[in-house]
Amino acid sequence: MIHVGLNHFLVVSTILFSLGILGIVSRKNAVMVLMGIELILNSANINFIAFAKFGNFGFQGQIMALFVIILAAAEAAIALAIVLNIYKTFSTVNVDEIDTLKD
Amino acid sequence: MNVYDLIFYLFAAITILSAFFVVTTRNIVYSAYYLLFTFFGVAGIYVLLGADFIAMVQLIVYVGGILILLLFGVMLTNKITNVDIKSGTIHTVPATIGVALFAGIILASMWNTNWKNVNSDMQVASTQHLGFLLIHQYALVFELLGILLLIALIGAASMARK
Repeated sequence: MIHVGLNHFLVVSTILFSLGILGIVSRKNAVMVLMGIELILNSANINFIAFAKFGNFGFQGQIMALFVIILAAAEAAIALAIVLNIYKTFSTVNVDEIDTLKD
Repeated sequence: MNVYDLIFYLFAAITILSAFFVVTTRNIVYSAYYLLFTFFGVAGIYVLLGADFIAMVQLIVYVGGILILLLFGVMLTNKITNVDIKSGTIHTVPATIGVALFAGIILASMWNTNWKNVNSDMQVASTQHLGFLLIHQYALVFELLGILLLIALIGAASMARK
């Protein structure tokens, strides 16, 4: 058995990223698409922190991960407001049925 | 194979399995609950990487904030009375094939690249250093992010109540 190193963390983050992409492209519900985006942001964060530890970059990578988490919070709030507006206008949140810009 | 490796495999299994269920479960409320386990697993991986403060922030912001927001989104945008909470899928087969190809390429390159590997044993408490960096080197970014969060709050509130 190999000792757990940088590559193991990168593999986990890659699988998380791919699952997030799969969620975005294959699910209809807009909230589900948001969950896929959160998975992708988490995988990017794992990469930042893993490279910060194994590349000996000090705490710069952890600071970047902190900023990503802050931006994810702002993004989730805005996206939820947009989804609520879409639901009010179209009575559905399935992204394949929302195809008009003007009502 | 020591305890560190065992704990890593445990958290990696939790993260990946629950992320898989997030993507594949039909019921979107179940997806949101599986996302909880994914966030916990990722927080455990952060702890293994010596980022204790980030792990706590992950638990507080993601589990306490973003996940609740997503659940609100699910509850507010589904007709609960019609039991229409299932979410459909489109283009499942081409999406799976494309994502599998993509994942294979990235995994191969990630695994085979000879990354710089110093493994500084950062077994120090990170909170003090992060706070120091935030008010010295990254002070401007910190302030800008505060303004951004304020704008996002005002924008979300004014968009949602229209």
